[in-house]
Amino acid sequence: MSILNIFFLVAAIGVSGYFLGRARAKNVSGGDLSKLHSLPGYAGAYVFLWATIPSVLFLAAWLMAAPFMLENTVRTGFPQTEQDTSENNQNLSMGMVRSLAGGLREFSVDERLGLPKIFEEIGPKLNERGIVLGSNGQDFMIDAAYTLIALQDKSRFWLTVIAITTSFIGAVWALSRIAIRLRARNQVETIILAGLIAASSIAVLSTIGIFLSMVAESGRFFASVPPMEFLFGTVWDPRFAAADNPGATGQFGLIPLLAGTIYIALVAMIVAVPIGLFAAIYMAEYASSRTRAIVKPLLEVLAGIPTIVYGFFALVTVGPLLRDISAQIAGIATGDGASFIQAQSVLTAGLVMGVMLIPFVSSLSDDVITQVPASMREGSLGLGATRSETMVRVLLPAALPGIVGALLLTGSRAIGETMIVVLAAGVAARLTLNPFEPMTTVTVKIVNQLTGDLEFTSPQTLVAFALGMTLFFITLGLNVYALYIVRKYREQYE
Amino acid sequence: MTDSSASNSRQKRDFGLKRRYAAERRFRLFGQAAIGVGLFFLAALLFTVFSKGYTAFGQTSLNLDITFDAQLIDKNNARATDPDVLLTPNYAVLARDALAMKLGLGKLSSKDRKLVDGIISNGTKVQLRDMVMANPAIIGTTQNIWILAEADIDSANKGQIDLSVDEKRRKVSDRQLEWMAQLKADGTLAQRFNFGLFRNGASSRPEMAGLGAAMIGSLYMMLIVLVLALPIGVAASIYLEEFAPKNRFTDIIEVNINNLAAVPSIVFGLLGLALFINFAGLPRSASLVGGLVLTLMTLPTIIIATRAALKAVPPSIRSAALGIGASRMQMVFHHVLPLAAPGVLTGTIIGLAQALGETAPLLLIGMVAFITDAPVTPLDPATALPVQIFMWANEAERAFVERTSGAIIVLLMFLAVMNITAILLRKHFERRW
Repeated sequence: MSILNIFFLVAAIGVSGYFLGRARAKNVSGGDLSKLHSLPGYAGAYVFLWATIPSVLFLAAWLMAAPFMLENTVRTGFPQTEQDTSENNQNLSMGMVRSLAGGLREFSVDERLGLPKIFEEIGPKLNERGIVLGSNGQDFMIDAAYTLIALQDKSRFWLTVIAITTSFIGAVWALSRIAIRLRARNQVETIILAGLIAASSIAVLSTIGIFLSMVAESGRFFASVPPMEFLFGTVWDPRFAAADNPGATGQFGLIPLLAGTIYIALVAMIVAVPIGLFAAIYMAEYASSRTRAIVKPLLEVLAGIPTIVYGFFALVTVGPLLRDISAQIAGIATGDGASFIQAQSVLTAGLVMGVMLIPFVSSLSDDVITQVPASMREGSLGLGATRSETMVRVLLPAALPGIVGALLLTGSRAIGETMIVVLAAGVAARLTLNPFEPMTTVTVKIVNQLTGDLEFTSPQTLVAFALGMTLFFITLGLNVYALYIVRKYREQYE
Repeated sequence: MTDSSASNSRQKRDFGLKRRYAAERRFRLFGQAAIGVGLFFLAALLFTVFSKGYTAFGQTSLNLDITFDAQLIDKNNARATDPDVLLTPNYAVLARDALAMKLGLGKLSSKDRKLVDGIISNGTKVQLRDMVMANPAIIGTTQNIWILAEADIDSANKGQIDLSVDEKRRKVSDRQLEWMAQLKADGTLAQRFNFGLFRNGASSRPEMAGLGAAMIGSLYMMLIVLVLALPIGVAASIYLEEFAPKNRFTDIIEVNINNLAAVPSIVFGLLGLALFINFAGLPRSASLVGGLVLTLMTLPTIIIATRAALKAVPPSIRSAALGIGASRMQMVFHHVLPLAAPGVLTGTIIGLAQALGETAPLLLIGMVAFITDAPVTPLDPATALPVQIFMWANEAERAFVERTSGAIIVLLMFLAVMNITAILLRKHFERRW
């Protein structure tokens, strides 16, 4: 029976258990529901939970453990010559057995009897059904594949039997427990509470997941490239291993990527911070409530536009525009019409990213400024300061920690931004101070290294995880510090 | 104090006022300028996309009487016994002949043949073959059908090709332009609404490329995000807001959620790659994996919105429920949560809109695939709307710029509808206590 069917069957037992349990509770009460400890619905839910939870837990555990155990059994049955080879080689053979078994499943049991037992002959037969195998198989794998199929069938059979029996026994047991004094509600609520706690720990689990996956995969990368070379190397040249050059290792220097990332983020902040801050100040201090009601959502539309759209905007409009303008300027200044700004450049990417960040700066600063106690503002105005003086000399200094926090959060977003830089910053990793030339960033390289055909053993792909870890730690540091500042600031005025 | 000294000191106090007021006006002007610049960029962005993209919704097509010549399609009359013979003939010839006849050309020279072929989309032969395969009875008859024009002809018809350029250096020849004018005059060549944009999958030919497969992929992912992120997010917020004791553990969860909301999206892509594909062995490019990654990204948004909505429900409701004997669980599920539902819904829609526009993590889990057919299950290789935009943005051909902008318009429309729904819901159900 397929997993989905088992699942549905267990759910069906659970649902019928619910109705039976409810009916039984009503029955037990003898028509007077107030005698029951819990409402009949809770008795129903009690039966439902007993029928489904143990069974589903069992199902999950079996599904996780079974493949490993089955494949181990098959592996011990490999001939001695195979067992003597390296672990890696055995893994490859096991993969071949697995796909063979998958292919053989396309044939009915009777058809399988007629299939040849020699690898070279079975390949074409599978091909007819649209299954393509690698070429380097051996004959023992066919036997192993049959063993695997037999084991899988057996495992699935027992899984079905046990899961459904567990569910059934659970339902019957819970039904038998239903009585007037059964504290069904309390027990059901305890389980719901456990579910709520589990749901809220998913946030923690995904942080742990990010951390562990980064560390594990980067660990494999650092096994072939020393961490010092990665962190302080100034040359980025990963050199994808090619057929004619299998041993190519390449150089993985982080510095040019990090420099590009920070440079572009800096340009973006130079664009976004003044515009965003002044927009926030105007909105908090000068704008009438009607202007505010129109302008604020409009600016926030900028935050809702997907970054890929900004990337496209940079690629087809801003980049060519800057290039043409620079050609004009060069034409006037030197008479030579060569453009000195390239279409893909630090400036293009930074400018467009800055536009994207305007609403972040403005709405975060707006929050912070309006949180400054009104008494400070009114005191300053009452002493005769103009509004701008109040803003610059009283409100901004008071709000400074909060604004710094907001800027750090914005900076972390600029560093982690991907699509704009992928389309507008260029791919050449180099160190330059000229904002008119392309530079590349950490995120661009993560995308570059991981798109296309991959094998997860070469440093060329694993480096992406090391880059990701760098990015994660930088942004994490910025975020934690920023949130700490903002929190502290908020407490100060609460 | 005499009058003169009073006016003296007054003059002293006046000193600098002009300067201060000027500074005040300047400051104000800066503010207005900042807002102006922000709005200008918004307008420029939208103008670029819409002006480049609106033409993608029309597609130049040709209305031809195509004769399904039995001699060409099935010379030996073998289709009854072997339907596969219908796969091989060169159906492009049928369309070429029909067009040549329409243009009043006799026997085509090889140069003319090339030019006539250049008007018709490459996809026509597949279109005609599929028609024949679906209904072999049309062999031998003449059918009036619409076929697509080639992408360059489409661009020329939309006025996107600069005709002042020397003929040799542009993709549409003068001869073809003459023909186009002739066909346009007799109504053979016309712009029709581009249904293909919403129906077709990826194609290397711009006129055949569409968003159909990508939209299905995005739909699957949105469903997965909705089914997973909404219940988990709501459950987590209920625990944190209503049940959690103030201790170390809840503090850690809280800090975590705030941090997750600010982790770069590409890091989630790496997580998905390492966890769901390498470790759990789920297939690459599947919308299931995309949905799971986007779920993790959307969770913080939903949790933050739900907690705000729960917080907004006044404590008196809770006290009243508890006072008449409800358990805490009953209080939450019977009273607090229904009252917070509009806020939860709004937060969820906004979270979904974010997830719909997300590109970077999907690139890493292999959704940059050339998907011609819409995925049937969430485990099939799929792509998503923003990823399709990314792939088209990297295409060199002129006609793809138009497609890309058109796709962006579609994406922005979806986002606008979602956000406006959220705003209307909030307006409609918003309750002041």
